[in-house]
Amino acid sequence: MQHEDVRDFHWYVDKAMASLVFLGGISAIVFIIGIFLFITREGLGFITDGLDLREFFFDPAWRPTSDSNPTYGAFALIAGTASITGLAVLLSIPFSIGAAIYIAEFAQGRTREILKILIELLAAIPSVVWGFIGLSIMNPLIIDMFDVPVGLNILNAGVILALMAAPIMTTIAEDALKAVPDRYREAAEALGATRWQVTLKVVLPAAKHGLMAAVLLGVGRGFGETMAVLMASGHSINVPDSIFDSVRALTATIAAELGETAVGSEHYQALFTLGILLFAVTFIINLTADLVMRGIKRS
Amino acid sequence: MSDSAPAPVKEIEARKLSVHYGRHTALSGANFDVYRNEIFGIIGPANSGKTSFLRVLNRMDTFTPGMRFEGTVMYRGKDLRDWRNLYALRRSVGVVFPLPVGLPLSVYDNVALAPRLRGVRAKAELDVTVERCLRRAALWDEVKDRLGALGSLLSGGQQQRLTIARALSQEPDLLLLDEFSIAVDPVTTMRIEDVLKQLKSEMTIVLVTNLTQQARRLADRTAFFLQGQCVEVGPTNELFNDPQHDKTRAYIEGRFG
Repeated sequence: MQHEDVRDFHWYVDKAMASLVFLGGISAIVFIIGIFLFITREGLGFITDGLDLREFFFDPAWRPTSDSNPTYGAFALIAGTASITGLAVLLSIPFSIGAAIYIAEFAQGRTREILKILIELLAAIPSVVWGFIGLSIMNPLIIDMFDVPVGLNILNAGVILALMAAPIMTTIAEDALKAVPDRYREAAEALGATRWQVTLKVVLPAAKHGLMAAVLLGVGRGFGETMAVLMASGHSINVPDSIFDSVRALTATIAAELGETAVGSEHYQALFTLGILLFAVTFIINLTADLVMRGIKRS
Repeated sequence: MSDSAPAPVKEIEARKLSVHYGRHTALSGANFDVYRNEIFGIIGPANSGKTSFLRVLNRMDTFTPGMRFEGTVMYRGKDLRDWRNLYALRRSVGVVFPLPVGLPLSVYDNVALAPRLRGVRAKAELDVTVERCLRRAALWDEVKDRLGALGSLLSGGQQQRLTIARALSQEPDLLLLDEFSIAVDPVTTMRIEDVLKQLKSEMTIVLVTNLTQQARRLADRTAFFLQGQCVEVGPTNELFNDPQHDKTRAYIEGRFG
């Protein structure tokens, strides 16, 4: 057999494929930088001259369309997003961590598989459908149950968002629990630990980083959600003092107002500034989750 | 070795014991007894069913998919299948697996886990237990200054001894050792062997080993397993000096295995 030193077909295919997948990989970086540059450019004019930082972060008055004196206080919007996301995370943590523990530690065979499929199905429901449920089912339900005038409020949006975030948190939390090697479980069971003791004393401590990452990604999910929140929250500018107050979220504000503004106007730029804020917070949340996840791999 | 004591109490009675994993049979039709407060050695080449016997004693079939056993095993006069609380059974049986498993907890928490599982809360009591068990496992001197370090980050040999300490912390009635010295240096092995000789006044010990000389040094009685059969059981001296079966003799003399 002759083995000549020739660059044959397979050699070229290999080089071509290597370049192609490199492009695929690098495009993620290109896109993230591109998006960052775009929203920064669009919002930049406002940040450099119009923006009063104290007004932006601490003034609840978002009056961009006022003729005489437009104000751009985003405090109420930040409070709206924070309260909805906070409630959603509080509600979804027990459910999703509980579901993850059940699936990873207690459920057997077919039950486990069916549950996993159902939960992934839940994650695939479009957000506008969730919003619709908020509007048409939760709204009258809340009015009935709590005897309040309006059912589109933090409670409504929080519950909807919790239902939307729970599948993601469950899936990631379950992955974290499954990543704990079975030899740890067997060793603890050999000591006479019950399933619950194994979970509590061995599995949960070993998986704590992954579980934290799951919660963080749930927060990120809630923070960025737009349509369902727009439909279920009542969309009224308000610094809430109870979960029955209607609020408005950052995302919903951008979605509802951007189409109505003149490109390049102060209002337009102010909306992009909200976008920069969202981008920054989501970026930090995801980065933290990622770093926390890396923490597990190291130990 | 054999003092003419009163008739020994039977700690374990295995009758027609077979162990299967799916379609594979690891042990078939084994009959033998293990006496209370003796060291019972099991020797034999790989795949002879030694470990499978230990797994039955701890009822690991309940969490090993496909594993099941037939026949009866009486433990302390009670059929293993009749235990209503398997966790209590496992608390009574300490196991040391051949591959060391340091739990991802601190060294201290590894050894304190079993006492905590049965409800011990007092720090002073836990401290005493942890130190005693680590000393017995010949690990104390190496870890006494870093009891807070992660058990899963110790060296292989240290994790092996940590596993032994953890099994001792259960204060078991029955201690199962499966190739405990596989990752331990010879000097430390001898120290642990000395401890085992003392421990047998407190518990019954089943020692599975590939090192026939280890069984000879430690075991009061020894069983020879081969290809899923219990070929021969007898007092260690007799089994080694005057084996009844040719296969036993061949194995002891190192002609196979």
